Amino acid sequence: MLITKLKSKEDIQSLLPEKVFVLQCRGCGEISFPEQEADELTRELLAADRVTGVLTTDYICSPENLSLRLERRRAMIDEADGVLVLSCGVGVQTVSALLDGKSVYAGCDTVRLPGFQGVTPLEVDCGQCGECYLNLTGGICPITACSKSLVNGQCGGARNGRCEVDPDMECGWERICRRLEAVGRLDALKCPTQIRNFAIDANTSH
Amino acid sequence: MKITELFARGEFVVSAEVGPPKGIHIDGLIEGAKEHLSGITAVNVTDNQSSVMRLGSLATCKALLDAGLTPIYQLTCRDRNRIALQSDLLSAAMFGIENILCLTGDHTRLGDHPGAKPVFDLDSVSLLHTVCQLESGVDLGGNPLVGEPPKFAKGAVVSPCSDSVDAQLAKMERKVLAGCEFFQTQAVFEPEKFIAFMERARQFGKPVQLGVIIPKGAAMCRYMNNNVAGVHVPDEMLNELAADKERAKAGITGVEIAARVIRECRPYCQGVHIMALGWESKVPALLEQAGIGAV
Repeated sequence: MLITKLKSKEDIQSLLPEKVFVLQCRGCGEISFPEQEADELTRELLAADRVTGVLTTDYICSPENLSLRLERRRAMIDEADGVLVLSCGVGVQTVSALLDGKSVYAGCDTVRLPGFQGVTPLEVDCGQCGECYLNLTGGICPITACSKSLVNGQCGGARNGRCEVDPDMECGWERICRRLEAVGRLDALKCPTQIRNFAIDANTSH
Repeated sequence: MKITELFARGEFVVSAEVGPPKGIHIDGLIEGAKEHLSGITAVNVTDNQSSVMRLGSLATCKALLDAGLTPIYQLTCRDRNRIALQSDLLSAAMFGIENILCLTGDHTRLGDHPGAKPVFDLDSVSLLHTVCQLESGVDLGGNPLVGEPPKFAKGAVVSPCSDSVDAQLAKMERKVLAGCEFFQTQAVFEPEKFIAFMERARQFGKPVQLGVIIPKGAAMCRYMNNNVAGVHVPDEMLNELAADKERAKAGITGVEIAARVIRECRPYCQGVHIMALGWESKVPALLEQAGIGAV
């Protein structure tokens, strides 16, 4: 699941040309959108008479739908010095590809949240590493439950069972060892040395 | 000289640790090492310790080697991927560095560049595996090396006083299976915990050097208790250090405490590793008080 958050007002002000067309994306199932903050920013820009038009819609990442909607607002877009897009990074790139010769400004940062919206709890996460380790680790993921994503056991950084990076987080390998003991599978810790294959990891392979 | 040869002869191996400076001048470090550490077996050089950027471990090892000392090259997996680590291992072998210590490394978030990308392509276990692979004449990608492969004495670390001692022992076993030949421990202030740990670690049949820090004062110990994983200074030692601040500041109390820890643990280990943290000058006195003669 992704979450978009508005860049700071100072950042956005420093980016924008005088007149902008504002394009806001809403209503995608994968992404949480900062609606109130985006509306507030749009109101401020309108009050400053810097807006040539506003389009609030959904799924701007769909080029077919979006190109029709942009075409209907061509005059307002032409009048603007640039287009401010309030969406995830995919939306900004789609708009940019559709608007030749017009500067497009990203007003949001996109970050990843654990889990998949509406289905999985946020405490559990899949890192999409492409080579599932859960059979070796008692069903607890070392990629997402360990700050260093270690696949060969605990580092020396745990204190009172907490992670050295985030004291609010329990050491993932402490959990794994406890779980393996509980299910009588401590032998899994004696598996061959594991070496990750980043060629198939969703986060690094493209 | 490989320190594994000394363990094999049954010698009690003494090493100490130096940290490269944040800069390019190491005359002081080299002179200090020559003056205070030339009587011991080997000198560890830390690798951007605590994720704080410093002069490189490899370059400092080479300078120590040129000065007639035996360096132990510490490599962490935090800053380099498998290509860079293997390349640096070959470079070390070319320089004649024969001892290495393989660590995972602290997280970047804890250091002075918290926005840096944490690499951890390999970890301490897979790095040991990688070294063995290089020693067989093949790199981790399966490609043959040209000419004679490198050969190292391969060490790693373990944290005997950790509150996760089961997980630490499991990791220690994986390091042994991956080719680790000797261990250095996190600093020990609780001999009874170390002895209990060694009862369980003995099964692996690998030499273990007791980790020792000379405590500089009660404040330093409280800091370690709150911030350093696997290190706990008991209240009695804290009180001892706090009782006479001048004595503690002069290092007299700290050397007494460290010497006591060494004496109590010596029957259960095969060497000692001293993390002097700037107090290298106190190492000779510590060894004398601990009853360890010039090696």
